[in-house]
Amino acid sequence: MGDELAGNDAVAAGRRRLERCLGTGALAACAAALALGLVIAPPDALQGETQRLMYVHVPAAWAAFAAFAAVSGAGAMRLWRGEGVWERLGRAAAELGAGMTALTIALGSLWGRPVWGVWWTWDPRLTATAAMLLVLLAYLALPYWPGGDPVRRARLTAATGVAGFAVVPVVHFSVLWWRTLHQPPTFLRPPGQVPVHPAMFAALIAAAVAFALMGAWVVLRRVRDLEPAPARAAEPAGESCGRVLVRSAA
Amino acid sequence: MSPGGRLPLLLVAVTALAMTPLACTGLGEGLTYYRTPSELRPAGGEHVRLGGLVVPGTAHPDGRELHFSLTDGTKTIDVVHTGYRPPVFREGQGVVAEGVLGADGRFRSDRLMVKHSEEYRAADGSR
Repeated sequence: MGDELAGNDAVAAGRRRLERCLGTGALAACAAALALGLVIAPPDALQGETQRLMYVHVPAAWAAFAAFAAVSGAGAMRLWRGEGVWERLGRAAAELGAGMTALTIALGSLWGRPVWGVWWTWDPRLTATAAMLLVLLAYLALPYWPGGDPVRRARLTAATGVAGFAVVPVVHFSVLWWRTLHQPPTFLRPPGQVPVHPAMFAALIAAAVAFALMGAWVVLRRVRDLEPAPARAAEPAGESCGRVLVRSAA
Repeated sequence: MSPGGRLPLLLVAVTALAMTPLACTGLGEGLTYYRTPSELRPAGGEHVRLGGLVVPGTAHPDGRELHFSLTDGTKTIDVVHTGYRPPVFREGQGVVAEGVLGADGRFRSDRLMVKHSEEYRAADGSR
């Protein structure tokens, strides 16, 4: 996609540079996380190699939280400033958030079977996480609701993103508020009191950085992809669902 | 909104309304994911989750069954588990068992889940 520079200006060039930085950074952090997580960090004394799933499961959950925060923030901006980039940002972040939530659940299930003994149980943490996925899917489905006024629907979608964020603290604090099978948080403690082997900690931090950079990279690219057709110089044939969305909402 | 757009919305609203009392009545029980031995009601034949610590020295397999005692520090209940045993099951550890309290005061479990702590360390004990 080299068409932005032709029609657009320094903004597009700056955005491309930012995308390239994010992509390169994500790649480097991925390499570091792989080395730390698969080679340098020791297996857990009790759980063995299975515990390495933590280096993907936990960053995926954090990325889902961050993505939902972006959905909520973009929703508020959409309600305040009207349609435009905030609408596209909200959608791009919700897509990432839904994917990350699904990944969190899938990896948690793979981790749960050997360690807990079950793939799934309706404990408050797992139930709240499933609810978070449903809220994000509802947010993504709302713009496609048949009939009605698309602009009103876009506002409703944005409001859903803002209100739906309430599920995030429920997911996070579920392990503290209620009895769960899932263990309480490990990492939100004063420095030096985190009960984790330093190499495991380093692997997790590297993986979290990789997920954060990769998530930002994916969302930026997706926001660009969701731009309405006229903003692009040479429009290739065929429509992405995003462009259909924007057109129907315009 | 066009009539075509109203029907699905109506369906969702009706479903949500129908589910709300269900969710509210289930919530009281549902938010208590497991009961401790002290909270366990006398044998009523209901299928419940029981959570606590495995009393050290009480776990022993017996054929297809696994016997152990579960405690919350106040009360201790003997558990007979039949079914899959998580390999990381250990004495002194937190577990959640699903099953029925028998008339003999023993809890018959058919699903055993092991809680693990939020601590992670290497096999040599370093952290």
